[in-house]
Amino acid sequence: MAVDAHHAGHAVDHSKPLELSTEEGELKILGFWFFLAQDMILFACLFATYIIMHNHTAGGPTSMQLFDVPGFVAETLILLTSSFTYGLATFEMRRNRLKGMITWMVITALLGMSFVGLEVNEFIHYATTGAMISRSGFLSAFFTLVGTHGAHVTLGIFWMISIMVQLYKKGLNPVTARKAFIVGLYWHFLDIVWVFIFSVVYLPGVMK
Amino acid sequence: MSGVQQFLSHFFITGPFEIGGDVSIGLVSIAILFILTRYKLWGWLWREWLTSVDHKKIGIMYLLAALLMLFRGGVDALMIRTQLAIPGNSFLQAEHYDQIFTTHGTIMILFMAMPFIFAMMNIVVPLQIGARDVAFPYLNAISFWLFFFGAMLLNISFVIGGSPDAGWVNYPPLAELRFSPGPGDNFYLLSIMISGIGSVATGINFLVTILKMRAPGMTLMRMPMFSWAILATCIDIIFAFPALTIALGLEFMDRMFGAHFFTVSGGGNPMMYVNLFWMWGHPEVYIVILPAFGIFSEIVPTFARKKLFGYTAMVTSLLLIAIISYFVWLHHFFTMGAGADVNTFFAIASMFVAIPTGVKVFNWLFTMYRGRIRTTIPMLWFLAFVPNFAIGGATGVMLAAAPADYQYHNSYFLVAHFHQVLIGGVVYGMLAGMYYWWPKMFGILLEEKWAKWGYWFFNIGFYVCFMPQYPLGLMGMTRRMYTYPAGMGWTTLNQISTVGAFIMGLGFIFIVWGIVTSILHPVKDTTGDPWDARTLEWSLPSPAPHYNFARIPQIEGRDAWWAMKQKGLTKLDDSTPIVPIHMPKSSGKPFIMGVLFFVAGFGFVFNWFILAALGMVGVVILLFSRSFEYDTDYYVPVDEVKHTEALYGRS
Amino acid sequence: MKRLKSPRKLGRWLLLGAASALLLTGCSPQQFSVLNPAGPVASSELQLIILSGVLVLVVVAFVIVLLAFIVGRYREKPNNNAPYTPEWSESRSLEIIWWAIPIVIVVVLGIFTGIKTFSLTRPPEATSNPMIVQVQSLDWKWLFQYPGQKIATLNYLEIPTGQPIEFVLTSNAPMNSFWIPQLGGMEMTMPGMQMRLWLQADKTGVYEGRGANFTGTGFAHMTFNVKAVPMATFTQWVSQVQSSKPALTNAEYQTLVKPGLAGVKEYSSYPANLFMKVVMKDNGGQKPMGLNGGM
Repeated sequence: MAVDAHHAGHAVDHSKPLELSTEEGELKILGFWFFLAQDMILFACLFATYIIMHNHTAGGPTSMQLFDVPGFVAETLILLTSSFTYGLATFEMRRNRLKGMITWMVITALLGMSFVGLEVNEFIHYATTGAMISRSGFLSAFFTLVGTHGAHVTLGIFWMISIMVQLYKKGLNPVTARKAFIVGLYWHFLDIVWVFIFSVVYLPGVMK
Repeated sequence: MSGVQQFLSHFFITGPFEIGGDVSIGLVSIAILFILTRYKLWGWLWREWLTSVDHKKIGIMYLLAALLMLFRGGVDALMIRTQLAIPGNSFLQAEHYDQIFTTHGTIMILFMAMPFIFAMMNIVVPLQIGARDVAFPYLNAISFWLFFFGAMLLNISFVIGGSPDAGWVNYPPLAELRFSPGPGDNFYLLSIMISGIGSVATGINFLVTILKMRAPGMTLMRMPMFSWAILATCIDIIFAFPALTIALGLEFMDRMFGAHFFTVSGGGNPMMYVNLFWMWGHPEVYIVILPAFGIFSEIVPTFARKKLFGYTAMVTSLLLIAIISYFVWLHHFFTMGAGADVNTFFAIASMFVAIPTGVKVFNWLFTMYRGRIRTTIPMLWFLAFVPNFAIGGATGVMLAAAPADYQYHNSYFLVAHFHQVLIGGVVYGMLAGMYYWWPKMFGILLEEKWAKWGYWFFNIGFYVCFMPQYPLGLMGMTRRMYTYPAGMGWTTLNQISTVGAFIMGLGFIFIVWGIVTSILHPVKDTTGDPWDARTLEWSLPSPAPHYNFARIPQIEGRDAWWAMKQKGLTKLDDSTPIVPIHMPKSSGKPFIMGVLFFVAGFGFVFNWFILAALGMVGVVILLFSRSFEYDTDYYVPVDEVKHTEALYGRS
Repeated sequence: MKRLKSPRKLGRWLLLGAASALLLTGCSPQQFSVLNPAGPVASSELQLIILSGVLVLVVVAFVIVLLAFIVGRYREKPNNNAPYTPEWSESRSLEIIWWAIPIVIVVVLGIFTGIKTFSLTRPPEATSNPMIVQVQSLDWKWLFQYPGQKIATLNYLEIPTGQPIEFVLTSNAPMNSFWIPQLGGMEMTMPGMQMRLWLQADKTGVYEGRGANFTGTGFAHMTFNVKAVPMATFTQWVSQVQSSKPALTNAEYQTLVKPGLAGVKEYSSYPANLFMKVVMKDNGGQKPMGLNGGM
């Protein structure tokens, strides 16, 4: 196993951070960066679609009529904070403090859940006013873009919980550290995507 | 009761071809089940293949699947050509013809060309760069099974529910619910999305493998050209496939949930699909051709017994092609009303692709110049590739001139062009690669007699089939016509073309027969280096042991194995001690994940959302269960390595 | 137009070559519609086809000859005295040659392509009085409206010779492509958009037109004849249609929109604003796209 330091080719290099200390860790983290690159292109295509569709309201509600400023500002603040708290978890990991690390991860997951809750609430509210995905090109693009991000966040929460369980059971070692680090990359990436959603979808959507 | 009957008659397509399809699928399945049971092979199949994470075995499974799909797509092609052999033919109805050309295109690009290149990269890249496996062997197995079950999903559409019939590009609004209400298009969307996930994973997997797992001393500029080609291919895969995922995903939203991305009502915009599709579609062309270039760059130096000419220029041109391929997608729809400025930009960008491609051709020619050329089967395929690809590339440049394209677009001129580059380039390249690396895969040599018959039939058949299609295009014949009237002057050329297609079909049968006879009467490759080749994979015994390298070699220059042979070595340096080898364990989960994706896809196709949800939940459970699995690899003990090496006559 | 003569001659020469090659196959040169232009747009496109064809032919011929030479001379056979230099793999000057020559070819071709692409967005001949034909692709038929003449035709087009015609294209069905090879290259018909295509016939005659983009089961039958006649005959035809043919009613238009095949028809009038209604209905209430950039 990876913690086994006796054999060449699978040694632990103590000069590097724990998550990068084995070859396996290095490979998987690099691979995950490439995954994020392709995910970024995926979102870029969705953003391009949204920008084209923004005015294709087909007589249905426009973004001006729909978007609720306090709602999306709250979502934004919560998600930004959660990115920060995950940063603190990584900080604790670097100092090899498992308890603090798990605590911050729990807080991050809770913030993530409240973000998803708010978003679901927002979607339900729109739907009850008749703004469904099938109403217009604009709403199709809106729900698909923001919903894809929301689905990513939801998956991230479950993933984070499973890593917390593993950390709790196995403690900090090169494998669990690598897993926690990768979830962190994912989480920060989603945060960045949200910043774009905020500035491409919501802000222009409520400005004349 | 009649409700059930009605359902069944829609579910199982009934018609002469479909019943024929049903019967043959049934018979083949029964035969396979019988053989597996009779010879007690179930356990062997499961242990050695279905659960394998060994890149070599995964590569062989890709190869088998690619050949099967080449057969299926080829049968489609023969049916198309039969229908067009005479004007006003009633062999196929329009509905059938439309389904057949749609599945022909889809299968050939996504379920033949893609697995063929994946086969080659799986089999060769780790051996060539001195690695023991790919970076993520488990993910590699997932990629294969997603491809496999995606392909199965498309293939069963022929007998269940009806095949897609909106063309392999599946343009909306034709592919939208309003004009294509049946499940056919759903099959298209789901099968490609499922296999597409696997393709992206393969791209990431091999990019990391090539960047991080090369043997010590093998700098990037010492890397064999095939691995360079795969590096460029992987970059293209990672940056192109998301656009396809989105194009198909949004069409999926339109069809499943009534969204309005590409519909003609509710503010949809079909042109957006066309853009997204070709933002993937053009790089895709290079995703399949660059590995073929890589294969030729290995074959030519080997069989000319000479160093590859202009290594640096070869690398530069590869990367240039990979990059320019992102700036040419609009040439697939010059006639869609873009402004003259936009058309001009994309026209000139498209022509620029010809420059690095031309450089590659000249570098290959000058690799042979002042060499000693052995016309083995792989080399023959290269020699057939050059004129074919030159003509196909030339007509490509003609098509790139936008105003001229207004006259060729969607005509048989275009059909002839892309078949010439895709068959003459990709298929010839992959066949050359298959022949070249066959001894390395199986440890046996391929016989030459039938292979040569296959070669000549396929080649001559190609020209007979496709050269008449250029003039047909200039006579105004457009693609995707299921029939044409007499008196257009098209008849004779179509008949010639049909004859050519059947000659190619015979060629394919000879090729397969050559493979079968070689397996029935095996001639062992005892040296591991039957071609007197240059790169590291030939330093290993054939087939390579499952851990590939007992000791990871130290690399000191290009053509590593050739250099060692020049120093008088006949095998890799074996003076250092053997240490236990770290290897991944086999796992059944990738296979099960493929099954679950298939179930989910099938559910979506028929709008049975409960089934779809069950499949997706299964996938997620499997992902998390893997995350909790810590006992995923093991060490091959020194004694076992020594024993295996001794069996190959090495120490 | 005098400058065009030599490429035209070359075109005829090429045609002759193709014709003799195909003599046995029973194809007559007239059937090569793309190579038989009947108007300035198709001629202009043919020039580019010939220019690009000749340029690439030179390269292809050179590559094939070089391949044959190299394989012939350097095959491994007993007593082959040709030089053998297994380590020779770099030559700056050779590589410069085969980077430079394709670049020159591409630049030449690129310049001509650019010039032609821009010129084709303008009327083929200066005209103060262009004629407009509005084209709709339906499942699976072509409806042509003549807003200047207030008449409409189905699956049939009659045009005056020597007159630049601005075709404005849309679709009330899946996207198709409007192609009359002897008059010029195609342009797509897109739902919710209007595209522009300039064409002109210089010779009288009947030319084949067809849909070039797949639209489903009836696609292969979406052909129409284009009859080019002198202006006087055209005017006569128009007044005859106006006086003796039925009107295209909204009800009949609705039946035309339904999938199916139909024969040739002429209509003395059509519902007001029909074309723009079709364009607007499918574009989500936006300003119509297309014409601004349209070729």
